[in-house]
Amino acid sequence: MTLPVKMTINGTNYRHEVEPRMLLVHYIREVVGLTGTHVGCDTSQCGACTIILNGQAVKACNVFAVQADGAQIMTIEGLAKNGQLHPIQEGFWEKHGLQCGFCTPGMIMAVYQLLERYPKPTEAQIRHQLEGNLCRCTGYHNIVKAVQYAAEKMAGR
Amino acid sequence: MATATGTRLFGAPEKRREDPRFITGRGQYVDDVKLPGMTHAAFVRSPHAHARLKRVDAAPARAVPGVVAVYTALDLKVGALPCGWMLPNIKVPPRPALASGKVRYVGEPVAVVVGETAYAAKDGAEAVRVEYEALPGVSDPRKAHDKGAPQLFDDIPQNQCFYWTIGDKTATEAAFKSAAKVVAQPLRNQRLIPNAIEPRACVASYAPGTGDLTLWVTSQNPHVHRLLMAAFILGIPETKMRVIAPDVGGGFGSKIFVYNEEVVAAWASKALARPVKWTAERRESFLNDAHGRDHVTEVEMAFDRGGKITGLRVKTHANLGAYLSTFAPLIPSYLYGPLLSGVYRIPAIFCEVWGMLTTTAPVDAYRGAGRPEATYLLERTMDRAADDLGVDPAELRRQNLILPFTSGTPYQTPVAFAYDSGNYEPALNRALELSGYAKARREQEEGRKRGRYIGIGVSTYIEACGPAPSAVAGSLGAGAGLWESGQVRVHPTGAVTVYTGSHSHGQGHETTFAQLVADQLGIPMAQVEIVHGDTAQIPFGMGTYGSRSACVGGSAILMSLDKVKAKGRKIAAHLLEANEQDLVFEGGKWSVKGSPGKAKTWGEVSLMAYLAHNLPQGMEPGLEATSFFDPPNFTFPFGAHVAVVEVDAETGQTKLLKYVAVDDVGRVINPMIVDGMVHGGIAQGVGQALWEHGVYSDDGQLLAATMMDYALPKADQLPSYETERTVTPSPVNPLGIKGAGETGTIAATPTVANAVIDALAPFGIAHIDMPLTPDKIWKAVTAARK
Ligand code: FES
Ligand code: FES
Repeated sequence: MTLPVKMTINGTNYRHEVEPRMLLVHYIREVVGLTGTHVGCDTSQCGACTIILNGQAVKACNVFAVQADGAQIMTIEGLAKNGQLHPIQEGFWEKHGLQCGFCTPGMIMAVYQLLERYPKPTEAQIRHQLEGNLCRCTGYHNIVKAVQYAAEKMAGR
Repeated sequence: MATATGTRLFGAPEKRREDPRFITGRGQYVDDVKLPGMTHAAFVRSPHAHARLKRVDAAPARAVPGVVAVYTALDLKVGALPCGWMLPNIKVPPRPALASGKVRYVGEPVAVVVGETAYAAKDGAEAVRVEYEALPGVSDPRKAHDKGAPQLFDDIPQNQCFYWTIGDKTATEAAFKSAAKVVAQPLRNQRLIPNAIEPRACVASYAPGTGDLTLWVTSQNPHVHRLLMAAFILGIPETKMRVIAPDVGGGFGSKIFVYNEEVVAAWASKALARPVKWTAERRESFLNDAHGRDHVTEVEMAFDRGGKITGLRVKTHANLGAYLSTFAPLIPSYLYGPLLSGVYRIPAIFCEVWGMLTTTAPVDAYRGAGRPEATYLLERTMDRAADDLGVDPAELRRQNLILPFTSGTPYQTPVAFAYDSGNYEPALNRALELSGYAKARREQEEGRKRGRYIGIGVSTYIEACGPAPSAVAGSLGAGAGLWESGQVRVHPTGAVTVYTGSHSHGQGHETTFAQLVADQLGIPMAQVEIVHGDTAQIPFGMGTYGSRSACVGGSAILMSLDKVKAKGRKIAAHLLEANEQDLVFEGGKWSVKGSPGKAKTWGEVSLMAYLAHNLPQGMEPGLEATSFFDPPNFTFPFGAHVAVVEVDAETGQTKLLKYVAVDDVGRVINPMIVDGMVHGGIAQGVGQALWEHGVYSDDGQLLAATMMDYALPKADQLPSYETERTVTPSPVNPLGIKGAGETGTIAATPTVANAVIDALAPFGIAHIDMPLTPDKIWKAVTAARK
């Protein structure tokens, strides 16, 4: 059995027939072909699959594609506009907030929401807001610095 | 040996060139590979720790829609997974790609289902019927040694795979006889599960027309994968196999090894003449990635009246798991025993290791690999000794440090290693200063009066990087050389492509190696391309582990740079009609001494090398070189770390208040990248001290098989770290680099464990085995209060 779904991802409209059990993250990666969103655990602990779904940072391994019918989605591929990196992306680059890069797309999307909630976050707020995103490489030190960089840059605009 | 002389980019915190693709979601990891006609594999795994395989019935799975094929050990025509390191009298149990006859750990692959989609393959895997006859299991390496313990293999009595010793037994016994004080400590270095955030994955694609097999795999060493798989497992010429390790999302050792899944996928791709992909679910990573550590150890340290160490005796039961993973025997032997002198003058050491088979997942190298185990036992024992002797732990360390030896005379330990260069006290002094050690001790004193339990932990550590040289490794049982390759290919425009045998899975080689090259040639980094991870492009190389890429891989690149520069100089001299000796190479051009107007740029010389219109008599056209660097010795980075923690005696919760790391990794190409590696290493080390534990039940069920049960460090549990460095160049490679990939992990575990135990001193608690979870601390405090 399949069901029809339609959603807008990074401004483009998609329509497909999918199995009802298909996870949203698999839909995005396998069906739509946007592989920037990663799967680190498929059990909602690591945050590598974080996307923005109707304005909320959501772990896409924990949502069925059919639940996202009609949704507005932004993935890591939709963050830079006209070849211009988003300040969060810039922050990760400037402050060496990534090593292997596997957690990075999810981490960046989680930071996107973090900075909406806390435009001037303290270190404790940053750390608390990111506790659902695991990084095995950086020890989080430079991720915190990257968020601080982005917050400053965004406040300055 | 040539010396790197660059000043501009070598040592600069250059932003990473690989980042733009990662921060925009355009990395290319194995799971992103999609091929026409690609199928997906799902594995049927043993739910038992130990059982006889009575029957595997694939028929119901074959009936599942979308299932393409089901294979068991009976179908598979491949060799056993080989072990690449032999020890004297070792017994090597055969490790099949799919279990046959018996299963020996939970998660061992029993059958594979190939489906049109990953979902169909999983449906099929659920439908396979396997009949087991359960047998008793054993997960503890010491219990596995008991007479009457469950036997994994009929021909390996008492599950003892090897017995290995190092050091001088007689001298050590004498030291203990005449000791003024002996400090003894039984301890466990618990099992860890690596958990790179990218799960292991592979895509195998066999081309029936040519017989070529291409394997994309999450590997730290594509050539090692190719050699072992082609020659030992699949029985095909290496020339018919190409291994590509594209962007790889962290390894920490776990992606060095050849695993069942890629072997099965490669074989199935040939059988089906279709590409086969497999990507681990996280649960499968827990079950079948090689685990780390898992030692049960007794340590005794002997002291004279003045607090000087006179002897060290170590007995370890090392858990190897059910089969030998690729380099398993090496880790608790040569990467462990030779580290037992640490940074201390210890006249006599004797260490015995029993390598034990148990009904658990195979254990192999995990970040640090043997060195963290050695460092933990030494540093924990130093703290215990300080307590017993009534001296400050930092002072006890200082009294026993090896004196500086930076002049090229190595320091010979009693356990085989001769350290390359070292000056240990400045790092300790600086770490104490940065952490405000004296003040922290006063605050601790004050706090204790008010029921506030502050703990301060110190460790001074040494590590061994860039395992070498190959001849010695060979004599100690290595099935591989330990050199590295570096090829430099100069193009007619002067742009350079470098092919390195090292592999980057987070280390940033595309940046650091480009810095090295640009610096040496005086050309912009934009003109330098670094290629790695593809056996069809790079020369045979050994890959990345043991913090070897910069010191061994970088040196191989430097050798090739020296060769192309030497040829370039000849061409330039010829074009300038000058003597070679009269040329200086600076800022990307050769100029004649004394007449700076007479010059030829790197680009002009490169172009002439390919035009070949005007080359010195008899010179071949072209400009490229390949080199293999086989270092004369390991390098020995070292340092001192200090942690300050607060333990809540009511809840057992530990808060890490401050973490200071002063490391000496020799010369540094990119300090930003090195700091980053130290940060990540610290987090993993803290993880072992406080949270992480791959718990098996006594009979071999893995109880920590998800990220809910296995506590990886999170952002809100860690502080920001303070890092600094002292610089003692290594004399064993031309770059003076020692290696930085594992120092944090090695040092942080004992530092934090020591801090927590120090906090608990008022309760008379002298030791708790890691991880120091709230539960264990609370129980210890509660027991102490009774
Ligand atoms: S993949 Fe979704 S949280 Fe890990
Ligand atoms: S950068 Fe590797 S997991 Fe975060």
